Amino acid sequence: MQFDPFIIPFNVGLYFILVYAVVRSVIWFRDLSRPDKLRLQRGFFGLPFGQSLREIFLESLIHRKILRSNFRLGYMHMSLAFGWFLLILFGTIEADFFGVKHLNPPYKAIFFKFFNPDHGRAGFEAVYSFWMDLLLAFILSGLILALIKRFSPRAVGMKRTTRLKPLDKVALTSLWLIFPSRLLAESFTSGAYETGSFLTGSLGSVLASFLPAMEMSYPFWWLYSLSLGTFFILLPVTRYMHIPTELFLIFARNSGIRTGDKPGAFKEIQTYSCSSCGICIDACQLNFSAGIKDIQSAYLLKGIRNEEDVSELADNCLMCGRCDQKCPVGIELTPIRMIMRRAGVVADRERSIWYKYFPDRQNLTTSKSNGQPSYDWLPGVESPKTDVIYFAGCMTHLTPAIKKSMVRILDASGVKYSFMDEKGGVCCGRPLMLAGQDKEARELINYNSQVIWKSGAQTLVTSCPICYKVFRESYYLDVEVMHHTQFIRKLIDEGSLKLNFLRKKVVYHTPCELGRGSGVYEEPKKVLMHVARLQKTDFEDENSLCCGGSLGNMKISCQKRNKIARDAAAELTKSNPDILATACPMCKKTFAAATSGRVADIAEIVAEAITMPRKLKNLSESVTGKSVPADIYI
Amino acid sequence: MNKFGYTISKGRQINYETNNRYAAEYILDREPSFRVCIECGCCSATCTTGNFTKFSLRELQILIKRGENDQVRENIKKCMLCGKCTLVCPRGVNTRNVVMLAREAFQKKLQNAI
Repeated sequence: MQFDPFIIPFNVGLYFILVYAVVRSVIWFRDLSRPDKLRLQRGFFGLPFGQSLREIFLESLIHRKILRSNFRLGYMHMSLAFGWFLLILFGTIEADFFGVKHLNPPYKAIFFKFFNPDHGRAGFEAVYSFWMDLLLAFILSGLILALIKRFSPRAVGMKRTTRLKPLDKVALTSLWLIFPSRLLAESFTSGAYETGSFLTGSLGSVLASFLPAMEMSYPFWWLYSLSLGTFFILLPVTRYMHIPTELFLIFARNSGIRTGDKPGAFKEIQTYSCSSCGICIDACQLNFSAGIKDIQSAYLLKGIRNEEDVSELADNCLMCGRCDQKCPVGIELTPIRMIMRRAGVVADRERSIWYKYFPDRQNLTTSKSNGQPSYDWLPGVESPKTDVIYFAGCMTHLTPAIKKSMVRILDASGVKYSFMDEKGGVCCGRPLMLAGQDKEARELINYNSQVIWKSGAQTLVTSCPICYKVFRESYYLDVEVMHHTQFIRKLIDEGSLKLNFLRKKVVYHTPCELGRGSGVYEEPKKVLMHVARLQKTDFEDENSLCCGGSLGNMKISCQKRNKIARDAAAELTKSNPDILATACPMCKKTFAAATSGRVADIAEIVAEAITMPRKLKNLSESVTGKSVPADIYI
Repeated sequence: MNKFGYTISKGRQINYETNNRYAAEYILDREPSFRVCIECGCCSATCTTGNFTKFSLRELQILIKRGENDQVRENIKKCMLCGKCTLVCPRGVNTRNVVMLAREAFQKKLQNAI
């Protein structure tokens, strides 16, 4: 019987974490909603299973997403995860091949060298132990990077790394101790028996030359086992819970489960899948422009896990969605934040460590503790019959140039349209939603829906991405919702809008709500390319910046907003374009104050490029009320 | 006695000692920019709600600061939080948060908000 008391801590930890992971998964599965359960079942016994395995290999082991964005950081994660995985895999094979018998318990593989000290002298055994040493060296190289990162994050290309809880630090220390103690334990044993390959063998003979290797090896085997056991036992109450949770998350996501707007098991799974790697912190403009360093998604999720009151933290976010795009685990961070906003203030709960192993879900069903707004003053519903209905939106009324340009474009294209909020309309409801007040927003949504229904329009064109997103996602309308850039593109394709080419250099700023929020990237750029010379910036598409004006943030001060706007505008206008083009009235308004160059909406640029205004009908008259000679636009 | 339709206006004075300034303090604690409002009225001029009703954030801010809460309680719930006032404010007051906090204050301490 190959047994030694030092394996007990490791075995206790290992079987504890295995049982715990199974129990926790069963609880999560039980708490999923019925449709989600069916999805997961179907996904588990179907095509998504293969996708999940592939994703687990590429993301959880190789860390492809991090490798792509930041090689050093990716290498660190890959060497620890993939290296450890390979070490376990090949260790098991080694124990099976070269051990006394086949099908060993796990500890035989982990402590193989202790039980088979004579292994690896010559032939194939030596080649194999060379390979095992190589794997250990691979992990240790990542560990050195991790150590450097803790003390100077810049060395691995990160600006900041996450702050840790005391328990996290204990777990981190035990994780860090695992591999050096394995190295020393194996080296001492190899030194005593004169085995081992390039790493353990040479270190072992050096150590054995002046130390009693035989006696020294035993404490290090104990240390190795103890650090493994401690790490496994502490895993559920620290951020390392992401290791088992992420597997569950990948299966659930590939089966088609999404966060939606209700708190539930899937939100919890995502909360625990966060490894606090800190990539969202680096992506956040509040961090690198405004110097607000404690509200990023990693901290939000940590707050939720620790059952703290995160209402203040949840409100202080631009909701630009940059962290969503950057998250290597693919956690839906913005929807989770929205859920926390809806929940409002949740009482802090101090829990003992024992309860943390099986947390009961926070009760988030309480409605936000705000005075209920009421909109009984909404005007009567009236709207003329039309094909296309144009909704400018509140923000567009603040930037009348966009409104006028849209009227010019619509007139010039000869579309039969009506201007829904020509004399000032009712808000679309998105700002209330962003403040976490969905019920109140519903009142406005109902009102606007009635107006649109009554008009009998087939197409709804809006100038504001904020409105566009809510019209698409939260209105139950049987009309095609288009942002004005999409509509202009359609008009150009149809040939109903003839445009000149303006000899101007333009850069395009993708508004958050239009780009990351609604996935409209191509149309605005196509329109711009049609009328002007479009230049590339460093922040294209998914990587675009937020202008800082966002309605998402309830708490940020005006000074910090301006700082974000100035930084973003400076980045975008690096190439000295003639026009900084955008597709959002709010971005336009914010940037106009932050840069000296010209800022214009795409609609304005297109309106400038219209070849011939119809001279019979003076278009500007209806907007300005003044009669202006028609050829002023030619 | 004949009624000619004339009335004598009631005596009007702001009594800071008896007025409840809880809402004002609640907001000032959490949104310091509330202090720098110069009551210029830009917010009221641009207001989407003000387009349809007599809702005026300028008036409400003054009343909150005085501690005359009755009218504020009635009117603050009309706001749609569209955020235009925040964009136009020349002093950089985070007016959206002021409205949110005022509602919160009424709900929390000065009961019967609705």
